Amino acid sequence: MTRIYVPIDSSALSLGAERVAQAVQREAAQRGVEIELVRNGSRGMFWLEPLVEVETPVGRVAFGPVKPHDVAALFDAGFMSAGANCTHPLCLGLTEEIPYLKKQERLTFRRVGITDPLSLADYEAHDGYRGLRNAIAMSGADVVKTVTDSGLRGRGGAAFPTGIKWNTVLNAQATQKYIVCNADEGDSGTFSDRMLMEGDPYCLIEGMTIAALAVGATQGYIYVRSEYPHSVKTLRTAIEHARAAGYLGQNILGSGRAFELEVRMGAGAYICGEETSLLESLEGKRGVVRFKPPLPALQGLFGKPTVINNVMTFASVPVILDRGAAFYQHYGMGRSRGTLPFQLTGNLKHGGLVEKAFGVTLRELLDDFGGGAASGRPIRAVQVGGPLGAYVPESQFDVPLDYEAYAAMQAMVGHGGLVAFDDTVDMAHMARYAMEFCAVESCGKCTPCRIGSTRGVEVIDRIVAHKADAPVREENVELLRSLCDTMLAGSLCALGGMAPYPVLSALNHFAEDFGIDRAA
Amino acid sequence: MNAPHSPQAQARVQRIWDIANAHRHMPGALLPLLHALQDAFRYVPDEAVPIIASTLNLSRAEVHGVISFYHHFRREAPGRHIVQICRAEACQAMGAATLEAHAKRVLGCDFHETTADQAVTLEPVYCLGNCACGPSMMIDDEIIGRVDCETFDTYLTELRANAQEGA
Repeated sequence: MTRIYVPIDSSALSLGAERVAQAVQREAAQRGVEIELVRNGSRGMFWLEPLVEVETPVGRVAFGPVKPHDVAALFDAGFMSAGANCTHPLCLGLTEEIPYLKKQERLTFRRVGITDPLSLADYEAHDGYRGLRNAIAMSGADVVKTVTDSGLRGRGGAAFPTGIKWNTVLNAQATQKYIVCNADEGDSGTFSDRMLMEGDPYCLIEGMTIAALAVGATQGYIYVRSEYPHSVKTLRTAIEHARAAGYLGQNILGSGRAFELEVRMGAGAYICGEETSLLESLEGKRGVVRFKPPLPALQGLFGKPTVINNVMTFASVPVILDRGAAFYQHYGMGRSRGTLPFQLTGNLKHGGLVEKAFGVTLRELLDDFGGGAASGRPIRAVQVGGPLGAYVPESQFDVPLDYEAYAAMQAMVGHGGLVAFDDTVDMAHMARYAMEFCAVESCGKCTPCRIGSTRGVEVIDRIVAHKADAPVREENVELLRSLCDTMLAGSLCALGGMAPYPVLSALNHFAEDFGIDRAA
Repeated sequence: MNAPHSPQAQARVQRIWDIANAHRHMPGALLPLLHALQDAFRYVPDEAVPIIASTLNLSRAEVHGVISFYHHFRREAPGRHIVQICRAEACQAMGAATLEAHAKRVLGCDFHETTADQAVTLEPVYCLGNCACGPSMMIDDEIIGRVDCETFDTYLTELRANAQEGA
């Protein structure tokens, strides 16, 4: 019986994968052919979705992008038996040989697109839960040391050393400790968390369980944004299966240790991606940002010591506990160790998920993977790191993607998302949008963010309205810079604190869009 | 609108109490409770506020504060279908502004408004996680990628047909 894969990932569904799956089942039934249909995660090559794969003795063969009306012709062309030699125009050959995939370094995404996301047997057959089995046999301090030695830093964007955070919680004295996963992936240009939750949920569960055992936490929550309903459903089902198999619950793998895990849904507030705002939201309150100190590691959820980390941070933990700290630490450069699943988005021919070791450059990602702008026009600017990240001009495309190297040019690697814009982009408009978004999503607590963002929109409107009137324009540009300075230095959190990054990068690198003569 | 003491209104209030009580002992209950109410009624009814406050021992102001803070929670019944169009950067890079303008024109309403025939409520959304397939929109729980004006019109026709059938 032949296995056929049609992804159930949200992006694949958004491009018609459900109707393709139905067409495959219908055609197979009509032809009396027995198939096993697997709804896998996405391989992360979105210009090829819906990507249909056929299991053959020599590996999986890919076909894409497949529309429902293509399915009959695929069967006619013998796609189930011809293997990589199939002459159908949608045949892409062996999936693993596709250069876009072959050139990656998938440590965290090793199973996404390959396994049935909800099959524990599949997960275990692909090295799943080896990390947890190792961790159970270690002391908490040794698990924490392994994570520290790996060089893993927070993948949400703040890039704080994960081992140090866990160590603080390990050493805290409390009757209750928590593990909280930040799955409020609200940045535009990001979807790696979503892909992993939908495509390899056990990886996240395993990472959180390892954290719980390491620091002595018995309760965990995954806070998933409300815009990700499929992730919520998939995680809840995976948790049920994991519990039934003894990977979660009161007696994990017979160790006598307990960890209970629950999914909680957000409610459309971008600020709840900020860790203290998320904790407030979990506690049933408005997502208002807290002052730090105290750190969540000491006084977090319900006032208790809490490990709060991004999805990608937890998802990187199983491979570290499986292959060891040195294995992970070997990848990368400088103080940015390991790999990052970069997300190539926006105006690109070949948008997708590209996991590479730190040190790769933006130009390499755009040229070797992105394929240039979808519009065919030149790429003028790339926003890296989400809405609070700088717009990177072509002159900076060769700076290695490394936390420190990007910070040094007032830019941000963040969660690894990048949005490409072609030369029709109006950078004054994008600067205005940065302020507008900040105003819409501000929690309202601190004046620089709450008021500054609204005034920022107004000042940019005045600049644009007076592009040709140099004195008025210059006066307002100076005011905008001063406002950005206030927001940078005076905001309570990174929302107000980093909204100036995209604005200043637009002013500095794309001055002409504000009517400012570059040569001046 | 039901009269306050009609059987329907009383049944509604009872249902709200049942949902509230089911969440009474949950740690950080308020957001799950609000989600459960919106799942049941498609919005959070005004009658729910004092019931929630009483159940969770909060002030009505606190409950109101939470409901009004989060973009996801509605205080009024929406149209038959909710259409959310992504306004974020990656979708902008692929022409979301054009889609937004088209949608408002074709629907005859702005964001946060409902069409005159009650078929569609139009909302902005800031990122659906579909950033390599923009412009994206969400119709109820379904995400649709690479939406151009023609695609939008096709979906709208289907939605209006559903609405007429009382779907």
